[in-house]
Amino acid sequence: MINLESPKKFKPLISQARQVAEEVLRPNSRKYDLAEHAYPKELDMLAALIDGLNDSGTGGAGATGVRRDESKSEGNRNGTNLSTVLSIIETCWGDVGLTLTMPRQGLGNSAIASVADDEQLKRFEGKWAAMAITEPDVGSDASAVKTTAIYDEKTDEYVLNGTKIFVTSGERADLVVVWASLDPSKGRAAIKSFVVERSNPGMQLIRLEHKLGIRASDTAQFVLEDCRVPAANLLGTPEIDAKKSFAGAMQTFDNTRPLVAAMAVGVAKAALELTREKLAEVGIEVDYDRPAAVQSSAAATLLELESDYEASLLLTMQAAWMADNRQPNSLQASLAKAKAGRTGTDVALRCVELCGSVGYSEADLLEKWARDAKILDIFEGTQQIQLLIIARQLLKKSSADLK
Amino acid sequence: MAHGCAPSATVSRNKTGGIPLGAVPVATRSTLFEDTMKLADRGMSLGLRALNRFAGLEVIDRIGMRKFSERAVQGATKNGFRAAGVIGRTFAATQKQGAPVRQASGSGSGQFDLTPSDEQQMMQEAAREFAAAELRPAAEQADTDAAPPEGLIAQSAELGTTLLGVPEELGGAVEERSAVTSVLMAEAFAHGDLSLAFAALAPAAVSTAIGLWGDADQQATYLPAFVGEDVPGAALAVQEPRPLFDPFALQTTARREGGEFVLNGVKSLVPGVATAELFVVAAAIDAVPANGVPGTPGRPALFIVESKSTGVQTAPEPGMGLRAAQTGQLLLDEVRVPASALLADGDPEVYAEAIRLGRIAWAALATGTAQAALDYVIPYVNERQAFGEPISHRQGVAFAVSNLAIDVNSLRLTTYRAASRVDLGKDFAREAALARRLTADKGMEIGSQAVQMLGGHGYVKDHPVERWYRDLRAAGLIEGALLV
Repeated sequence: MINLESPKKFKPLISQARQVAEEVLRPNSRKYDLAEHAYPKELDMLAALIDGLNDSGTGGAGATGVRRDESKSEGNRNGTNLSTVLSIIETCWGDVGLTLTMPRQGLGNSAIASVADDEQLKRFEGKWAAMAITEPDVGSDASAVKTTAIYDEKTDEYVLNGTKIFVTSGERADLVVVWASLDPSKGRAAIKSFVVERSNPGMQLIRLEHKLGIRASDTAQFVLEDCRVPAANLLGTPEIDAKKSFAGAMQTFDNTRPLVAAMAVGVAKAALELTREKLAEVGIEVDYDRPAAVQSSAAATLLELESDYEASLLLTMQAAWMADNRQPNSLQASLAKAKAGRTGTDVALRCVELCGSVGYSEADLLEKWARDAKILDIFEGTQQIQLLIIARQLLKKSSADLK
Repeated sequence: MAHGCAPSATVSRNKTGGIPLGAVPVATRSTLFEDTMKLADRGMSLGLRALNRFAGLEVIDRIGMRKFSERAVQGATKNGFRAAGVIGRTFAATQKQGAPVRQASGSGSGQFDLTPSDEQQMMQEAAREFAAAELRPAAEQADTDAAPPEGLIAQSAELGTTLLGVPEELGGAVEERSAVTSVLMAEAFAHGDLSLAFAALAPAAVSTAIGLWGDADQQATYLPAFVGEDVPGAALAVQEPRPLFDPFALQTTARREGGEFVLNGVKSLVPGVATAELFVVAAAIDAVPANGVPGTPGRPALFIVESKSTGVQTAPEPGMGLRAAQTGQLLLDEVRVPASALLADGDPEVYAEAIRLGRIAWAALATGTAQAALDYVIPYVNERQAFGEPISHRQGVAFAVSNLAIDVNSLRLTTYRAASRVDLGKDFAREAALARRLTADKGMEIGSQAVQMLGGHGYVKDHPVERWYRDLRAAGLIEGALLV
């Protein structure tokens, strides 16, 4: 039966995430926006709480939840992909930056959860893993990474050399999943990901960024200089298989894009709710029945923004639901990411406008959300990259045809 | 200003009778997610607030307690949360027994699911085949002729469109009424052609209205015709011809006189108006007219009006699109109907529901036609060559296709959610309004972009996109005329 409501069985989980957002994330929002690079120690306690949640079997609340369950079962499934996006919406309603820097919920954890073998899963369990893809000269085109990984037979290690930038939680994480090429002359097929211990002396943190938003989350730059990594830390197969390997690495994104979409949905929800409250104080309320054209311009704007929010939410739930049901969702993941990414920024910025100086001032959080939201239309594939992915799939074009 | 920015203050009282005028339920909800947090779940909040205060303390670091505390917290929440989950389930079960449940709400599994039921898939498949085989090929000529081909509407009725809203006991086709089923049918039809779909589904709006809200007499009087071989032309007439039309502030009036109502007013863009035998007309009861100044608008309600009644006239009103549906004006001049013509005793909640269901229906039509536009544009931009390669190799074109896909899927999911809430017996004012908003904004944009992608070829009648451009503009502005 067609039903697009949040599943009943996830209501307690969503409610718990909402409480975490209300009681821990929101109260610390401004503090760590102002104190960029200060470690939000309140989160250690929270992370312990989330571990407790995961252990209790109530459901995953973070990135570890995106591993695709291979078990066969008949009928409709509402699983960890859906529960994860729903709880992320709530925590990002609280604060995106703090959600991003939640210990042990890094993007690297998603990569490990998605592609690691059982031995690796076990070895890296309980560790906080960041993800290092971007380089000074390599952004959206992940297949062009210049960092190299040369195999050393004598020690059964890979030796990594290169520079990585924009590594979320790079300073705070225990592990960094580094994308590097086994042979740059062989293109994308040679790109592999390696789990590097943060303590590895060959990997030096050289810079922390100062950013427009998500300041609670640290963004690091690393130099890898003859950084030696055990061969057992390579995720996936060491073979350079033109057909499979890069697609395998990129497959992570089918699982993580809905998560970023969910973050944008959460920010949009926060901005809409607060703006609705502020407007109600001055006598503006949306009437869902009367045509927008006969309501005030502010009410009509809220209706428009809320419709984009609704679409973003449902596209995100669809992508996650398809992952839960083991349907290929690459197209839907990008539809969700593109729509939610643009909507998060648009909603937050226009809510600032609706609320005037109240929206723009640091006295409240709207201006912060407008700054936080922008990154969600950029990382995990920019708006433009999502449009490319969607177009290539619909038009059946290769990256050579449609550049 | 009369319909200005404080709609919640519009409930007023009639001086004579004390009946609330314009007492249309105001659909506002303060949170975007309903019941995110049940009272029982809130118990944890206090603990978290304390936890947060505790975690921020410098002293924990100083005395080296942090690691220990975290372990303690983890253990406590592990057990605490499990217990809360158990309590939640018990509470839910108790509430289910105690709370009033509407007819359809028992059939849901409480799971998020985008898969139609077997029955729905069957009907959807039949509607798709009919749309591809009959509607699409007939569309261009029907647009030119401003009339559907002979027999096509009767043929579509054989698919059971007018039976969906009729209870099984009265000859209807399906056991449970489902707005989702109607949405899937409408979407499939409109993939063939929006204006033929409109013509085909218009009589169903009347049978659905009487099936849902008619009393025993009204049902016994009118429904047999809709389950028979020869379905009568019929239309739900809400729209009125003026800018900023608001279906909750009607100018068509129903004056009480003796045991009768006397209807006066003009209805606009009524499908198949000239040949309809039966109308359901929206008119305001107890409106108080005033000379020169706005009068009291009265309470909108639905009336069954037979076209043979004295004072009923029709006039052609062809539009930019929807031409196969033969739209026209319905003119009501001192039309006398018995008191028994009033549907649902004039219940304002029923009227509001009718308006919302109409908007969902139009959103469904827009979804079908928008998908048709996307499906048409994709092969075109792949085949069309410019500068030595397909134009789809250019991001300016390719990204427009991506945006079409984003908008079509947004429209579809939002429409499905609104309809599924109808079936679940949940309030759907908000969801219908949001589907409406996207229909108006994105439906129009999709029509426009589809023409744009074909350039000059899109502007001429060799391709259907100019027709879809015209039809899609209607979907976001017409009130009533269809129901799901």
